[in-house]
Amino acid sequence: MSILLAASAEGDGFVSPGPKDFEFPGIFSPDSWFTKPILIVIVAALLVGVLFYLAARRASVVPSKGQFAGESLYGFVRNDIALDAIGHRDGMRFVPYLATLFSFIAVMNIAGIIPLVQFPASSRIAFPLVLAVIAWVIYLYLGIKKHGFVKYFKDMMFPAGIPWPVYILLAPIEFFSTVIVRPLTLTLRLTFNMFAGHLVLLLFVLGGEYLLVDYGGAVGIVAGSVSIFGSIVLTFFEGFVQLLQAYVFTLLTALYIGGALADEH
Amino acid sequence: MNGTVNGSLNMIGYGLAAIGPGVGIGLIFAAYISGVARQPESRGMLQSIAILGFALAEALAIIGIGLAFALK
Repeated sequence: MSILLAASAEGDGFVSPGPKDFEFPGIFSPDSWFTKPILIVIVAALLVGVLFYLAARRASVVPSKGQFAGESLYGFVRNDIALDAIGHRDGMRFVPYLATLFSFIAVMNIAGIIPLVQFPASSRIAFPLVLAVIAWVIYLYLGIKKHGFVKYFKDMMFPAGIPWPVYILLAPIEFFSTVIVRPLTLTLRLTFNMFAGHLVLLLFVLGGEYLLVDYGGAVGIVAGSVSIFGSIVLTFFEGFVQLLQAYVFTLLTALYIGGALADEH
Repeated sequence: MNGTVNGSLNMIGYGLAAIGPGVGIGLIFAAYISGVARQPESRGMLQSIAILGFALAEALAIIGIGLAFALK
């Protein structure tokens, strides 16, 4: 935060936050790869693993508080995402992956509103990209394994019951949308939701600080107070968006898996 | 601060581009709300469809903001 405050105070006018606020120097040396987002991701992975381990250790019929919390999360992913989107026949095998995915993305996102951490690691495109590529590999692999390479792409590009001239237009669009657009939109949706949300919070906080401290006067104090208050409201809204985006990413992954496994009608 | 405005025209383009997804998301949730109002027991099924539609419409706005920052 101190870097950002310095950035806003160095010019004579207000310097609005931009993509440069998403680039961090290395923690131990300025050029190293070990930056704040990497640290957040490592901590998030450890946190998810340790909490689920503690929740599942000594599982009993009458659950403890920790076991209850873990089972609620797991049950939510199983009932509302996996079984709904993939189906009762195949859904159960993907619940562990989907539950891990959901909690990992949620922790990465929520880091954006935790005081003193305050950076959503998933606003750096590399992390969502890897998760989207994993989803891409899974659904293509499952589809090809279930239907065979030729039949999978034939069913995808040439669905039955359509007059043949439409295929000229439909086949490339379907191929493009399934193989290229899906992983791309998965990545971009998560990344830029977090990017835009973090940018808006920065704008309200830094703008409020500039109005209160540097601009001053009656106008500055009133507008700055409104801006700081708005940043508090927006922080809660961001928390909602962060959980929603974790849900959306997991739901779409599950829907793509379900689509690959579906029988052709 | 001599009355000049600095910045990128990309942001105005992004503002215009966000109108479409904004209207689209409004229509999706309007349909969801009226669906639930007519048939409250269909809420669970409609919810995931509504959020899916919301996510697909929102992707357009998100691609817009990504390109607004990426294109120079």
